[in-house]
Amino acid sequence: MTTEDLFRESYRAVAVNKVRTGLTMLGIVIGIASVIALTAIGTGAQGTIQSNIQSLGSNLLIVTPGASRAFGTTVSAGLGSAATLTPADANAIAGLPDVAAVSPEVRANEQVVYRGQNTFTSIMGVVPAYAGVRNVQVAQGRFITGSDVQGSQLVAVIGPTVLQDIFGTAVATATPDMAIGQQIVIRGAAFTVVGVTVAKGGAGFMNQDDMVYIPLSTAQHYITGNTQSLNEIDVEAASQNAMTAAQSEITNLLLRRHNISDPAQADFNIINQATIVAAASSVTGTFTALLAAIAGISLLVGGIGIMNMMLTTVTERTREIGLRKAIGAKKKDITLQFLSEAVMLTFGGGAAGIVLGWLAAAVVSHFTAIPTSITLGSVLLAFGVSAGIGIVFGYYPARRAAGLSPIEALRYE
Amino acid sequence: MPRNIIECRNIRKSYVNGGIETEVLKGVTFSVAEGEFVAIMGPSGSGKSTLMHILGALDTPSSGGYFLDGKDISQMTDDELADVRREKIGFVFQSFNLLPRATVLRNVILPLIYEGVAQEKRREIAERALSDSAFPEGFWNHYSNQLSGGMMQRVAIARSLVNNPALILADEPTGNLDSKTGEIVLHTFQALNEGSHGKTIVLITHETYVAEHADRIIHILDGNIVRDERNLRKRVAKIEESSRA
Repeated sequence: MTTEDLFRESYRAVAVNKVRTGLTMLGIVIGIASVIALTAIGTGAQGTIQSNIQSLGSNLLIVTPGASRAFGTTVSAGLGSAATLTPADANAIAGLPDVAAVSPEVRANEQVVYRGQNTFTSIMGVVPAYAGVRNVQVAQGRFITGSDVQGSQLVAVIGPTVLQDIFGTAVATATPDMAIGQQIVIRGAAFTVVGVTVAKGGAGFMNQDDMVYIPLSTAQHYITGNTQSLNEIDVEAASQNAMTAAQSEITNLLLRRHNISDPAQADFNIINQATIVAAASSVTGTFTALLAAIAGISLLVGGIGIMNMMLTTVTERTREIGLRKAIGAKKKDITLQFLSEAVMLTFGGGAAGIVLGWLAAAVVSHFTAIPTSITLGSVLLAFGVSAGIGIVFGYYPARRAAGLSPIEALRYE
Repeated sequence: MPRNIIECRNIRKSYVNGGIETEVLKGVTFSVAEGEFVAIMGPSGSGKSTLMHILGALDTPSSGGYFLDGKDISQMTDDELADVRREKIGFVFQSFNLLPRATVLRNVILPLIYEGVAQEKRREIAERALSDSAFPEGFWNHYSNQLSGGMMQRVAIARSLVNNPALILADEPTGNLDSKTGEIVLHTFQALNEGSHGKTIVLITHETYVAEHADRIIHILDGNIVRDERNLRKRVAKIEESSRA
């Protein structure tokens, strides 16, 4: 019996009872579709979270002030409350071997006014390195320059959300260039807008679109009134592999500079971007695995449905099996035929399931904010799994068919 | 002297059921020469079905030798027997055993699939077998379950012919047919036995009338051959041309 004959015979057998075949296949269709759709959603969510974190900057270490402690006591105030990070700290960090760039920052929340329009937003005092470290790009105009910082110039680079809020949607969408050169007022001082940043689309606790960037020195003089404390030092490590090394170098340096001997008493915190990415990946990975496992259960149920149908088929076609054996079919021929019928069912179900799962994922993406991504791997896996289910659940019925005695089978009523 | 297609030497077959051994065939010895048309006759329980299973290589004897077309098949494994059935034997059953929801042609082609005959040659072989069994051409593409009993049995006969077997084994081929269509089937067998076809046919039946269409009748009773004689009053199956279709 050639492979072509095998497939033809199997196809005919499967096509005989279309309703039953369809219903049995439906189990596999739903199983595969849910595996595809749920892993697509899981993978998509994972990708989004990772790219959100990556958009904060690359190889980023964020140093923030920790809880301040009065000398000799264990009473501590809230995190970030201490004014322990200084420009000198930032300069010292810049000298470390595994550090590529350092961006000291001060932050304040202030009212920004333009011709009667106003918005309450974050004012960031930054140096030019900020753009590189935090991955900020300028859409119009320019970013803060070194001479802006040296001269404490009254210039501002605004985020697209701020642009929209104070210049209006029309300007923001049609003529964002118009904002360049305009005067905005922050805390009574008039700043000249020199640039607008590219929208990052970031959401949540740190929306990088809803910000006004001004030179660090200007912010210290006009906004915070304090030239000695920084709210944050962003550090770009020399490479992804150097992040851990850079983190421990910074820790040691700051402990030494702040005269702290016990690392547990550190008055600063370092957040490692890689750690956040890894933690987020592990969470979403677990989530995806859980979804896939749930979908896998429905696949198992579908497989049992296949086995049930194949057993019924074997009983129904006992006489046919007897005849095939009488005219010279061997055990192997019968086993292969029933096995290929089962695989045909699951493979067909798998193919339909992939299409359905892909549609479901597309619908989910369309109607919710959750992006989905179907990987080639999950499609190949689905095909493999569906064929595997056919073999596993078809094997027992096929062996049962092949084991029938031709005499008994021909006599079967 | 033509060679023997079937040679049975002291064939015994017993079954153990519930600890009790029952001997169904008690030493059967006979031979069938090439080109013979033999009827094996006996009442139910005589052992003729068991003998048919052994002759058809569906089962092996408990002891004794069975040579089919010169080959001892009494000790073969299941798969070896399957090869023998495929190459040497054409079966015709009482209940036709056609594939339902399959066309006449597909039913006739079925043994060729296991034989490994090339796709393009199959149809030609099947068409020849169908005309040899006098099956009307207009029905070749009908589904087997749309046919009358007599037509179905002729499809089965055509199917038994496609692998050009040494032996055609018919088990009560007229048992499910009325006398008129039974006559057509017997006519088909006689036609295949005679003339250019010269097929060796063994027909198993319990009806004297049916057996009398053969050249030789072997009577079997309680697992023994009680009589083995030339049929001197051979009946010739007559059919009216109109009933061929």
